[in-house]
Amino acid sequence: MKIIYDKKILTAELSGEIDHHSARSIRQALDADIEKYRPKVLVLDFGRVKFMDSSGIGLIMGRYRMMKLIGGTLRIENVPEHLERLIALSGVRQITA
Amino acid sequence: MNNIVNEMTLSFSSRSMNENFARTAVSAFVLPLDPTITELSDIKTAVSEAVTNAVIHGYEYGEGIITVNAKIFDNGRIVIKIKDKGKGIENIPQAMEPLFSTVGGERAGLGFAVMQSFMDKLKVTSKVNCGTCVTMEKYIIRRSRASGDDENP
Repeated sequence: MKIIYDKKILTAELSGEIDHHSARSIRQALDADIEKYRPKVLVLDFGRVKFMDSSGIGLIMGRYRMMKLIGGTLRIENVPEHLERLIALSGVRQITA
Repeated sequence: MNNIVNEMTLSFSSRSMNENFARTAVSAFVLPLDPTITELSDIKTAVSEAVTNAVIHGYEYGEGIITVNAKIFDNGRIVIKIKDKGKGIENIPQAMEPLFSTVGGERAGLGFAVMQSFMDKLKVTSKVNCGTCVTMEKYIIRRSRASGDDENP
């Protein structure tokens, strides 16, 4: 995962497989940077994600709550076609900017 | 009457790292059916959800054995059973409700909803303090014959 902070926007380029096991380290890295930078916008870029199950949805929802707490917003970007149905099923589009 | 073409059973420790192992193994097993990328991704996701449930809820991160059995039938039907001998589910309909989660926090409560929507059939049986068995089915439309399933013209 690559994390970039620029102009109050924290962008995380997620990659590989996101499941319950791998979500933990992703979450820890993200939360540490959210605490550190307190960004206005958190962008989760799913462009390089090869696999994701509902743990990825939990990850999005958890970061959404965190961003809300610090008065920021969450955006999800570059959702690959193979993740579209999962994203649609979860309804997370309604909470993201 | 449909016959079993191939079958496999895996047993592994209830460690979260095995979520990846289980879905990858099942995916490799069904590959000879020549599924589409979407079909394969559906199966992998559903297996991942069921195994994750066993790790988190069945054994509550404790020691235990998870068993995955997969059968391929000659009509392209795949039946996958994921079993644990953990604490079991008290109220199955409630557990299967979307967004219901006993652990909250980082869990979306979508595991069963995903299994239900990505597979053609889902059945959950459970007994408190005995364990849970999730049975999922999916039909793969056959585009080519499975290897080792040669037919004379």
